Amino acid sequence: MSLIKSITTKPWERKGVIGGLEPEGAFNSPNEKVALSLFLVVASVVFSLFTVGYFLRMELPDWRPLSEPSQLWLNTGLLIVSSILFQWARNITKSNSDKNLRLIFLGGGIFAILFIAGQLMTWGNLQSAGYFMTSNPANAFYYLLTGLHALHLLGGLWVWSKSSIRLLSGEDALNLKLSVELCTLYWHFLLIVWFILFALLSNT
Amino acid sequence: MAYVPLADQDHEMEMHHPHSFVEKYVWSQDHKVIAIQYGGLAVFTGIVGLVLSLLFRMQLGFPETATFIDPSFYYQAVTMHGMIMVVYLLTALFLGGFGNYMIPLMCGARDMVFPFLNMLSVWVFLLSVIILMASFFVSGGPTGGGWTLYPPQTNLAGTPGHDMGIVLMLISLAVFIVAATMGGLNYVVTVLQYRCRGLTMMRLPLTVWGIFVATLLALFAFPALLVSAIMMLFDILLGTSFFMPAIIETGTPLDHNGGSPILFQHLFWFFGHPEVYIVALPAFGLVSDVLSVHARKNIFGYRMMVWAIIAIGGLSFIVWAHHMYVSGMHPYFGFFFATTTLIIAVPTALKVYNWILTLWEGDIRLNAPMYFAIGFIFTFIHGGITGLFLGNVVIDLPLSDSYFVVAHFHMVMGVSPVLVVFAALYHWYPKITGRMFHEGMAKLHFWCTFLGTYAIYLPMHYLGFLGVPRRYYALGTTDFIPASAQDLNTTITVAALFVGATQLLFFINVIWSLRYGPKADPNPWGAASLEWQTPDTPPIHGNWGDTLPTVYRWAYDYSVPGAKEDFIPQNVPENEVPSSAESSENT
Repeated sequence: MSLIKSITTKPWERKGVIGGLEPEGAFNSPNEKVALSLFLVVASVVFSLFTVGYFLRMELPDWRPLSEPSQLWLNTGLLIVSSILFQWARNITKSNSDKNLRLIFLGGGIFAILFIAGQLMTWGNLQSAGYFMTSNPANAFYYLLTGLHALHLLGGLWVWSKSSIRLLSGEDALNLKLSVELCTLYWHFLLIVWFILFALLSNT
Repeated sequence: MAYVPLADQDHEMEMHHPHSFVEKYVWSQDHKVIAIQYGGLAVFTGIVGLVLSLLFRMQLGFPETATFIDPSFYYQAVTMHGMIMVVYLLTALFLGGFGNYMIPLMCGARDMVFPFLNMLSVWVFLLSVIILMASFFVSGGPTGGGWTLYPPQTNLAGTPGHDMGIVLMLISLAVFIVAATMGGLNYVVTVLQYRCRGLTMMRLPLTVWGIFVATLLALFAFPALLVSAIMMLFDILLGTSFFMPAIIETGTPLDHNGGSPILFQHLFWFFGHPEVYIVALPAFGLVSDVLSVHARKNIFGYRMMVWAIIAIGGLSFIVWAHHMYVSGMHPYFGFFFATTTLIIAVPTALKVYNWILTLWEGDIRLNAPMYFAIGFIFTFIHGGITGLFLGNVVIDLPLSDSYFVVAHFHMVMGVSPVLVVFAALYHWYPKITGRMFHEGMAKLHFWCTFLGTYAIYLPMHYLGFLGVPRRYYALGTTDFIPASAQDLNTTITVAALFVGATQLLFFINVIWSLRYGPKADPNPWGAASLEWQTPDTPPIHGNWGDTLPTVYRWAYDYSVPGAKEDFIPQNVPENEVPSSAESSENT
């Protein structure tokens, strides 16, 4: 039933059981996936508001654009590989197989860790070059946005590490199908967010 | 912890049956216990907020009588009162308290979708309250920058709590948002995914609709507060200049440069205005159900009520800058926000008309919950109409910094939701506790609260017209404020102390009735919605025994022609509804 149709029905007119024999959710997806999707919308709002703040603050006269380190391209590559590996792992579980699953799933997380390490290196390099957080709002936003993105990734890595431990302890890969799917969704989301942030930081 | 799989349709869900006192009442994953924990903690925090308000009212009514209330303490009390009441009492009570209790029961579910996350939510909420309360004990005390926490004032020497107080406030808010998000994800997914068989969205009681949409608002509006809190913490702790402009503090130029205080205001109010409806929408839902049950009539215009809740929720995101007219803005910008503000009055007024039309020709039972519900209609109309004044730029400008605004928002989002809280607590008390409260004491409580709050806030409108400024510790000598304004202030303080003291009636009633109240009938008001149809009162863990309910109708089948009873529960099929004809044949 479409959304419009469902909220225009006259509930006082129709009696009896509406729907099938089993209780039906609004979405034909696992509850965890519905919750994660909703959380991703909330996280999008957080990043969007920071972006709005960025644009508004940028208009003020003391803004000095930061020349973003070229290492960000390499870091972006690491995150893309991470996302691809998660998608690969997802495809494996989708076909109800577990061939190379452990290796690929672990690899996805390790590349994400390398991405965070790379981001930290850019922080160190910028500090050495005198781009301190307090010296300019553009610098402050750089540290804030990349830090916030890395923090979200760390949250994902916490879930990834729990699933990895289960996988390594010999648990059936089929039991982890949903975890792998949710990690993949989350990683793709953070990759897209990073693309937007990278574009924002590079072009302003 | 034992995992007991359910034998019923909800085979996917595993119940965590508690085996010890600690599991049952402390680390509980039962939504009902969590609701009481949330509600109890919110009410405790609210009592702190209430006491603070009485203290600063003492200063206004009887200046410098209580010597410990110096200007710093006054501003700290005002600030903490505001933030506590809006966020830690009302938001937590409506979403964490009523949301937790009502959603699974009204949806015919055994619990929330994620019980562990739900438990985590209440403990993180406790952490946020502890951090907030800790600010009373740190050097410099809590922040006194006003509940809106506007920089740069909040962060400058001269404002009480500018060092540790504001930091703890911001951290507490961030932690609260984490708790609210964990709870919010649960409420939304439970409503979407865990409704029992036959319970379509349009068969949900308006309580669930109100809480559902308010939770969505919370999920999308709290990020703005989180973002502003993080950026302000950076400004304070790391020396950035997101919001802090170049400024001289007590003769010394600070290191900040070029920050935008207006940016903070936009972010704050992008949260702040939906926050009004985060509180109001659950109240709208709860009061709709109380009115309908005690008027023995279906809610008038159910679909319109649902649409109005959704419309108000959507519009609440595009009215925020009406809080900022005095900050200065482009006239077209002001025109836009004045227009949206007046537009949001349309669905809101529609709801008021529908409440009144629900009462029209109803078989009204003047029980204590109904007193509070009808009282709410009065105070809400009153507060809503003054909102129309303030929504217009030209009227807002002279009134904005006066007591008129204090009167307006206390009527609309202080007294009105609190009356609904009492209506709802008295209404569902028999189901929650299995006991009846003392009706006479509850009605006395109503009259003291209703008349008392009018005695507080009605005169404040006149103070506003006189130009008495809000936020002032003492009025001093002014030409345009007559001496009689102080008499009015004294009267208001006496009324506030009276209202504050008479809230004891509620607590005495609740505690006394818990032990000595007569045992409650499982459905003492004759309500049709699912929560009253549980096999046990109070409902036990799992809510529904072996079998989940099946829903055959909406939640408002009251006084249906031809039916024997004046209500038909949602879980009664059409062929099992006793008819009045059968009943007369039997007699």
